Amino acid sequence: MPPVSAGLPTLAAEGLACRRGNRVLFTGVNFSLEAGRAIWLRGRNGRGKTSLLRLAAGLSVPEAGMVSWGGVPVRRAAGLAHSLVYVAHASALKDDLSVSESLRFLALLHGRASDTASVYQALDRVGMASRRDAPVRTLSQGQRRRATLARLALEREASLWILDEPYDALDSDGVECINGLLHAHLARGGSVLLTSHQSPGDSAPPMASFDLDPFA
Amino acid sequence: MGTVFLAVYLRDLRLALRRRVEALLPVVFFVVAISLFPLGVGPEPQILRQMAAGIVWVSALLATMLSVTSLYASDHADGSLEQMILSGHPGSVIAGAKAAAHWTVTGAPLVLAAPLLGLLLDMSPQALAALLASLLLGTPILSLLGGMGAALTLGLRSAGVLLILLIVPLSIPALIFGAGAVSAAEAGLSTAGHFSLLGALLIMTTLCAPIATSFALRIALE
Repeated sequence: MPPVSAGLPTLAAEGLACRRGNRVLFTGVNFSLEAGRAIWLRGRNGRGKTSLLRLAAGLSVPEAGMVSWGGVPVRRAAGLAHSLVYVAHASALKDDLSVSESLRFLALLHGRASDTASVYQALDRVGMASRRDAPVRTLSQGQRRRATLARLALEREASLWILDEPYDALDSDGVECINGLLHAHLARGGSVLLTSHQSPGDSAPPMASFDLDPFA
Repeated sequence: MGTVFLAVYLRDLRLALRRRVEALLPVVFFVVAISLFPLGVGPEPQILRQMAAGIVWVSALLATMLSVTSLYASDHADGSLEQMILSGHPGSVIAGAKAAAHWTVTGAPLVLAAPLLGLLLDMSPQALAALLASLLLGTPILSLLGGMGAALTLGLRSAGVLLILLIVPLSIPALIFGAGAVSAAEAGLSTAGHFSLLGALLIMTTLCAPIATSFALRIALE
């Protein structure tokens, strides 16, 4: 049993394998992500980066091996649901709601501060203050990404962020903004597992690069 | 837990308000389907009165099944469903809230429209009262079962047809006792037995369907 510490538990993968249909995407993947660290998951298209993130979030079951959170498999780890922020490729915003309504629902769902001031502040942080009452349907691809990532600006405690291509469709200003959020998050002892096909840029916090290609 | 139920419920109501035409389609279908019967069967009040309970109940069943197919589809497509499952709240609470919202948007208007349509079919006042009560107990059952079907067929092609094949057999007891209550009232017999069974069915579906739905949603997301 790992010692109980005050910080965020470690996310660890041991001998992880994933199968999609009858194709094995990867086998024997091991990594561990401690509090205050970030891992940049790399790999060619179709290597299973998103599948790995879904395994880590506990959305799917591995073919072999396991992902654990503080020593407990993620699907049974009680504290993980509250500490996890999973931002998938899909935005989880509703086209028919306004940006702030969509964000408020997500905040409420995950037990984060969901009052108007917090939501507006988070949207302001990602440069979406002027579009906060616009229906999500009317947003551009980049604006949608910003609105999705505004969830990160609502975080106050150390938590585990699993981000699928957070830099996608963002302009350089947006990339800076996300990197700022990542810095603050790591500084308060949070951990990050992210995928990105482009380099996170110079302003990004130091990240351990993990290449999925050799595990195919 | 209560706040999450309320949050999901209110969000679905708000979404329905933003898509008013779509939300009205089931009740429009209900009205149109029922008003076709006098035209097709013939306007003899005697025949219509005899068939009224069945006509209204079958139309309500079909209207619910038509509208329930998309209950989880858009949340699945835009990633909201993943977030709901990952939030750590019991999936059954979320499934219950979604079914409750579906009933408020679709089931309740059917219940409200039913007495008017009953008049069209020349139902007696006692039968109208029984119809109202049986639909009030029965339409939530249909929403709950429909939600389960929607979760089971999530992400499949031709999900709508499959859902009807899966869920219509399960809703036959509600149909039998619901329509039976109205026929009994029309004949001047006691309706207590029918309503007790309908109530028992409602309690059982309320307890079981959300749990089954949450398992189905988990599987659909894998």
